[in-house]
Amino acid sequence: MTTASLDVQTLSVQFSGLMALDQLSLRLAEGEILGLIGPNGSGKTTCVNAITGQVPIARGQISLKGQSLSGLTPREIALAGVMRSFQIVRLFDDLSVQENVEISTLVRGTRRLEAHKKSRSLLEMFGLWDRAEDLAGDLSYGQKRRVEIARALIANPHFLLLDEPAAGMNEQESADLMTLLSDLPKAYGLGLLIIDHDMHLITQLCHRVHVIASGQTIAEGSAAEVIQDPAVISAYLGTAPGEGDKRGA
Amino acid sequence: MTTVIQFLIDVLSLGGAYALMALGLVIVYGILRLVNFAYGELIMIAGYVLYLMSGSGLPWLVMAFMGVLAAIATGIATDYIAFRPVRAKSVTAVLITSFAFSTLLQNAALLLVSPRPRPIPLPDLFSTTVEFLGVVTPARNLITILAAFILLSLFLFVMRYTIIGLAMRAAATNFRMARMLGVPANLVISSAFAISGLLAGVASLLWLGRIGSVVPGVGLEPLLIAFIATVLGGMRSLEGAVLGGFLLAFIDTGLNYLLPQDLLKFRDAFTFSFVILVLLWRPQGLIKGPASGDRT
Repeated sequence: MTTASLDVQTLSVQFSGLMALDQLSLRLAEGEILGLIGPNGSGKTTCVNAITGQVPIARGQISLKGQSLSGLTPREIALAGVMRSFQIVRLFDDLSVQENVEISTLVRGTRRLEAHKKSRSLLEMFGLWDRAEDLAGDLSYGQKRRVEIARALIANPHFLLLDEPAAGMNEQESADLMTLLSDLPKAYGLGLLIIDHDMHLITQLCHRVHVIASGQTIAEGSAAEVIQDPAVISAYLGTAPGEGDKRGA
Repeated sequence: MTTVIQFLIDVLSLGGAYALMALGLVIVYGILRLVNFAYGELIMIAGYVLYLMSGSGLPWLVMAFMGVLAAIATGIATDYIAFRPVRAKSVTAVLITSFAFSTLLQNAALLLVSPRPRPIPLPDLFSTTVEFLGVVTPARNLITILAAFILLSLFLFVMRYTIIGLAMRAAATNFRMARMLGVPANLVISSAFAISGLLAGVASLLWLGRIGSVVPGVGLEPLLIAFIATVLGGMRSLEGAVLGGFLLAFIDTGLNYLLPQDLLKFRDAFTFSFVILVLLWRPQGLIKGPASGDRT
């Protein structure tokens, strides 16, 4: 049996001569949680931007369940079932929390009553139902992040790409988020791609981890495998353990 | 007491017309971050449709309906002709096409109708006076208040309780994000232009009802009023546009009442001085709009 997947094949993205992504390939299956990590400026967000059609790709292919996403607008990609969150939360601050969540499904033709039911269930799950009528701009940062994820989930995406979902959260908020995220693939049958610098979150949550540096894949495998990979350690620390000792010796 | 009631009626009727004009301008600006300089011509078009239908023998309400319909159609045409082809280009390009479309419509009226003022048909009710709360006032003032109240309520309902209203509010906050969530950009923009046309069409009936005739340049003053009202109230706030419209009417009417006869010709100078003072105090206008500055 083959699982539906989001496939990125030899993807290259160029910004004014700078190769932001260089022949990057990765695969995310439905029901899977994939961690995408790498040092600052390694191209993680660019990868998500390219998948969601927000930056033009120079070479390569992105396909969803075998269908190419090349040439589609961000809206068409979202309607095809690939949703995302942002490093800096982008809610509609002047709309209520509930309106923020419901808009994603209402524009897809869902009836008001059904949208209301779905948003209520999601906001209850995220512990935000008591803030449903409040303006999104009045929420705390951690709450805004949860609304953003709820807004993506209500559209029943096949794949959800989360760019630093725990950024700016305290330890407790981060732990709560981790519990929520771990249940999503099973509950919604979706594939989850998570970019984060919080290695605890990545190791606890992700089934597989993909590591990139300077736009290229340097390692992939289980969290336990990649954190011991010399290339990964070198990319993060500038040198692998032992290597520095040898040099110093 | 009667002076106070008369003043209130004057402010509310003038403010109602100003608020409709300002709202029509700001609904497009809120989404596209661009002023539609062809907005005044929507008011002109409605007036000319009334003039052209004046010999038709149709009831006035039917002619008025056709005038409003023409303003809506022209509003949508503005989107398709002046905005959509250059929307992704620079702000300057869109401003120029918007001015060009405005000039095109004015010149079409000059060539096809006449440069001279043309009378528009008005129902008898517009020229009668009525006694209201002990004050004798033109019936058109009360009609204007009622029409503005109905239209503003309808507008509020559409924006608050319909999906297209929700999509327009989301687009006004962050258009790029709204599109990424699946909001259909072209539909939202065309709807904004259609609503802008509806507001301009009704404002035209109320505005031209005061003047009684239409000329090719008749839209300039309403455009200027709408622009000042939106700047005063807050360029990106729908509530601000309504507040700005009523405040501008309050200032205009107040000066009409207070200024001595020989200073009345300088009324606009006083009004603009007051507007400048308000803007020095609150440069973003009285009500701050949504935070995002993203254009299409």
